[in-house]
Amino acid sequence: MRWLALRTLTVLGCLAALAVVSKLLSANLDTYVFLVVIQCGVAMTLAASLNLINGITGQFSIGHAGFYAAGAYVGAAWTVLWQPIVVRHVPLLQLGAPVGDTLTLLIAIVVGAAAAAVAGVVVGLPSLRLRGDYLAIVTLGFGEVIRVVILNIDAVGGARGLTGIPTLVGSGDLAFFWVFGLVLAVVALSRNLMRTTRGLTWLAVREDEIAADAMGVDTTRVKVSAFVVGSAFAGVAGVMYAHYFTSISPDVFGMDMSIIITTMVVLGGTGSVSGSLLAAIVLTALPEFLRFMQDYRMVIFSTMLVVVMLTRPQGMFGHGEISFAKLKQLFGRRAAGGAKP
Amino acid sequence: MLALRSVSVRYGAIEALSQVDLEVNQGEIVTLIGANGAGKSTTIRAICGQVPTSSGSIHFEGREITRTPAHRLVHAGIAQSPEGRRIFANMTVRENLELGAFIHHGKHEQIRQDIDRVFQLFPRLSERVNQSAGTLSGGEQQMLAMGRSLMARPKLLLRDEPSLGLAPFLVQQIFQIIREINKEGVTILLVEQNAYQALRVAHRAYVLGTGSIVVSDTAERLLANEQVQAAYLGE
Repeated sequence: MRWLALRTLTVLGCLAALAVVSKLLSANLDTYVFLVVIQCGVAMTLAASLNLINGITGQFSIGHAGFYAAGAYVGAAWTVLWQPIVVRHVPLLQLGAPVGDTLTLLIAIVVGAAAAAVAGVVVGLPSLRLRGDYLAIVTLGFGEVIRVVILNIDAVGGARGLTGIPTLVGSGDLAFFWVFGLVLAVVALSRNLMRTTRGLTWLAVREDEIAADAMGVDTTRVKVSAFVVGSAFAGVAGVMYAHYFTSISPDVFGMDMSIIITTMVVLGGTGSVSGSLLAAIVLTALPEFLRFMQDYRMVIFSTMLVVVMLTRPQGMFGHGEISFAKLKQLFGRRAAGGAKP
Repeated sequence: MLALRSVSVRYGAIEALSQVDLEVNQGEIVTLIGANGAGKSTTIRAICGQVPTSSGSIHFEGREITRTPAHRLVHAGIAQSPEGRRIFANMTVRENLELGAFIHHGKHEQIRQDIDRVFQLFPRLSERVNQSAGTLSGGEQQMLAMGRSLMARPKLLLRDEPSLGLAPFLVQQIFQIIREINKEGVTILLVEQNAYQALRVAHRAYVLGTGSIVVSDTAERLLANEQVQAAYLGE
């Protein structure tokens, strides 16, 4: 009971802190910077969720944009197409702005996550027989399949995209709260997973599948769970994107998006949660802040990626994480080194 | 306890095992010796369900386990150690042991006791609890692999080449520990290149030659057997 109370307090504390931060940031940042911050939040969720599949469980998947798209489109389809019908037929659900909108968004999150999770199972199944580059090709192909299917569904706008999605998350502090609440959720899940025996089994599958099997770990189940959980979070990131930017189109979720998300995970250090978060921020914000370079922007950006990979082949953080203990150790060593003549 | 009834395994056109009959009784140490490519490891893999058998059946405690996947066998009480040490190199010694006890996860008190027992058997490991397993020496890794399989509290322990690549005195130590584990009631099936050492700890032995069993007898008699001496003991 005490454990439960402590947990609840931690969660409430985090949410309260998040609410305060959202108020402060939305009041003080200019619109453009705030937009980039929101994009960073979505990217962080995408990177951290792919890290569950690629980094922690070691299943090389590079079709994450497919799950992102599945979540975005199904979530938006609910809000734009299905929700009005449901509300028209059930007068009980005509709740008005704050309550009704939140409920609609929550349901959008659930259906978006579910759609992406189903797609995750479909891709997860071949991962039982394929590994490495073969799996990568299948996931990449599947991501494209999702995009092409969407392209051909006229009800969601086809190539024109789906527009006029109500901004249920608002454009100010509420948007920040939702997007970064999601980041917190995926980080908390990753962190808790890594601290349990169940999480160790995910790592064990990455390290040595045969040995994991010999420990009694059902490797099939681990791999499919990783795909389901990872893609569900990508789906929710898609729901957030759709309800913040109010329009989505298939070309947002193309192969290049998949590659960027994969780059975030690899650049951050495969398996490192804090690494993928940081890389997500860098890869999202840097192209924006390099805009003053005009045409040279992408050249410089790409060069920086190459330099990072050459100097830190294991990614920025390797398998490690940022922790207070390590920071203390690092600065402690610096201080001790500095004290010596 | 464990019985193989005319088990055959094919790798494509090649028959790696043909009609192998093998029995391990409760409380025994049984060893499987033979030259390279005789089918020792294949036998272990067939028992673990890592390679499909083309004919025959495998039974454990009266139940057929021929097509049981590897991870289920652990729950039944068979601890396997795949060829090579196959420890989780990027995890700490403690994490490796915890994974060994995966089927008992949640039973914290039991796991704590078992880790203590492993450290009693292998004091070297206790000095390296929080070190990542990849940094251990070959002998220590072998000890960790052994300790890890004990964490599952198996009834039957399968070991593939526990002495591989170890210094002679470490080999002695590993076999000493195998004997100790056996005294505590764990039945052991041992695959070994080091026939002499294996026969000294085992109760019974099977000699494999190109996929089928050539001789089976008590370890004592095989040690004295001139043909076996000539072929496998280098005398």
